[in-house]
Amino acid sequence: MSTTPRPKSHRTELTGWGLTAPTAADVVHAVHPSIVDDAMAAALAQADHPGPRSANRGIVARGLGRSYGDAAQNAGGIVVDATWLDGIHDIDLETGRITVGGGVSLQSLMERFVPLGWFVPVTPGTRLVTVGGAIAADIHGKNHHVDGSFCSHVTSMTLVTPTGPHVLSAHSDPDLFWATAGGMGLTGVVTEATLQMVPVETSYMLVDTERAVDLDDVMDKMLHGDDDYRYSVAWIDCQSTGSRLGRSVLTRGDHARLEDLPARLRSNPDKATAFVPRQLARVPLTPPSGLLNPLTVAAFNEMWFRKAPTRQLAKPHHMTGFFHPLDGVGDWNRLYGPKGFLQYQFVVPDAEGETVRRIIERLTEVKLASFLAVLKRFGPGDPGHLSFPMPGWTLALDLPVGYPTLDTLLDDLDAWVLEAGGKIYLAKDSRLAPETFRAMYPRVDEFSTVKRRVDPDGVLQSDLGRRLGLCGPGAP
Amino acid sequence: MIDAIGRPQSVLVLGGSSEIAQAIVAGLVPARCKTVVLAGRPSERLDAAAAAALAAGATTAEVVAYDTTDIAGTPAVIDAAFDTFGDIDIVVAAAGALGDQAALEADPLAAADLITTNFTGLAAGLLAVAGRMRRQGHGRIVVISSVAGDRARKANYIYGSTKSGLDAFAQGLGDSLVGSGVGVTIVRPGFVKGRMTEGMDAAPFSTTPDAVASDVIGAIASGANVVYSPGILRWVFAVMKLLPRAIWRRMPA
Repeated sequence: MSTTPRPKSHRTELTGWGLTAPTAADVVHAVHPSIVDDAMAAALAQADHPGPRSANRGIVARGLGRSYGDAAQNAGGIVVDATWLDGIHDIDLETGRITVGGGVSLQSLMERFVPLGWFVPVTPGTRLVTVGGAIAADIHGKNHHVDGSFCSHVTSMTLVTPTGPHVLSAHSDPDLFWATAGGMGLTGVVTEATLQMVPVETSYMLVDTERAVDLDDVMDKMLHGDDDYRYSVAWIDCQSTGSRLGRSVLTRGDHARLEDLPARLRSNPDKATAFVPRQLARVPLTPPSGLLNPLTVAAFNEMWFRKAPTRQLAKPHHMTGFFHPLDGVGDWNRLYGPKGFLQYQFVVPDAEGETVRRIIERLTEVKLASFLAVLKRFGPGDPGHLSFPMPGWTLALDLPVGYPTLDTLLDDLDAWVLEAGGKIYLAKDSRLAPETFRAMYPRVDEFSTVKRRVDPDGVLQSDLGRRLGLCGPGAP
Repeated sequence: MIDAIGRPQSVLVLGGSSEIAQAIVAGLVPARCKTVVLAGRPSERLDAAAAAALAAGATTAEVVAYDTTDIAGTPAVIDAAFDTFGDIDIVVAAAGALGDQAALEADPLAAADLITTNFTGLAAGLLAVAGRMRRQGHGRIVVISSVAGDRARKANYIYGSTKSGLDAFAQGLGDSLVGSGVGVTIVRPGFVKGRMTEGMDAAPFSTTPDAVASDVIGAIASGANVVYSPGILRWVFAVMKLLPRAIWRRMPA
């Protein structure tokens, strides 16, 4: 008999941000780091119990639930709600090095540290992600071509595994560090991390905005101009066809210095460094069928394109609007209706821009509406075994579930991406086939070897891991 | 796991020789369902169904001896399937027999056997399945009911009442599983042309095992609670249920 008391838990149905594939798990609120240890021990006790392998239901951490698919779900097992690990443990305002709990959100870091002159090294399109989640997905932002992905800025972390806690850096234990970077939580629970922040003078960005008439135009502008900017991203209208296929709005910029700002902000440094995010609206309930259909999306895309200036230089924008426009609308994922939606994000090498075109063409052919398709050019990847970024083009598309041939359509796109030497982002995935995943991530065996070292009993599990054959009874 | 588009990776069929179930399996296997477990009375037909699943691309296709009338043995069969094959995403409860109404009326014990096959035994099996699925925290149970259960008819009320019972049971089971990660889909086919109805005159809106399977796979993907097959029967039977009994009684066999 195990003597470990099982921490208090509640069986709860969970989904990812896409609201698809709900499964139920025992959610443990990690109100203190010791509860993560207790939950890990309870999962281990279950695995040690004699019985079929399927009785080992495992454990995984969950942050703010912004992964689109099933990464932070663990059917029948334990899910550690890590958002309680929100302490700020150490700060050095001289060097910008901070040590924080794994459950601290990037929003919280921005609220606290932007006024003190420090910004997060990498932010995705939402600031409502935790530091632990950012490590698990090795997230990227608009500055990937300059600064790389999140884990390149993590100087150390505490990882609670079934074989005990590890304090590690990329130097002390490169294997475990880089298996954890992009490892989708399957190497342990990040309870603490030390980050190197980047210095900023204000909470504003100086932004250049320009329209691109088609896909060639935007790719050309990004290939030849991105290096002049720290941040760069293009929004693509995926409904324009023919000669306007891939028409885009390209926004690029850098942090504004105080002297760059208009006089009313320059004279008021508190205002120039303020970071007070506001939710402008909230989607109060799930509309019965998606409000986002080809008609509404076409109207929105037309409006978005028209409202963008043909060319505008050095315009100050607040960080919130530049980095996280959708965070102003609470629960916007409900707009897709009860069936939910998924995000298809892939990367292909620089030379495979044609694959991006083929995919956009295919989607316009079938009139599958994508609300806000985002194109970005990545710089070099980092050594993470399952880390997503690699040099090339990444395109992210939100697609409603319920379109009749979505399954085979996306399987076809997977094949094109694979053929081009590309891959799908696991933090967005909710439908990849196990064999396609293995072909896209050839270092998966290296990852599994490191995972077995810290998790010999296969306790670290998630729905995503089970679906892709990374863990559970089907794992190698 | 069932993915975001509703594609399962494993299926267990209770009543593996059923033509509808075999058509469902044939539809699921090419769409990533690589583990197939067929529980049923051992027969060449059952073995052939497993071989067909392997040929279609399943990596595991196994046959398990199961008889709905062996109620005492049922929980062990279900447990063994879940223990051996790991998580099971979809369980299709397809066991059932039509019986010959006139013969059953003359033989009360045979009628009781049919009720055990179609309802009592299957209900026990479904409870065992629900327990395992609740523990694994995910999955979908597909119960093959029938429009014959929507309103018992003079010509086949023994069969009809078993489906009525099964249908009501499945509705309650589905409600009891809300929030558990497990869903129940009730399928109400009309007259299905096939082995079970060989030699009978087809009723209006008759269908085929393949057509029913296609509707079932759609319902798995959408997570529907109830699906009529063909879909128009939902409206036909909404009216049928309202007919005065004196008229209903005179409906042709």
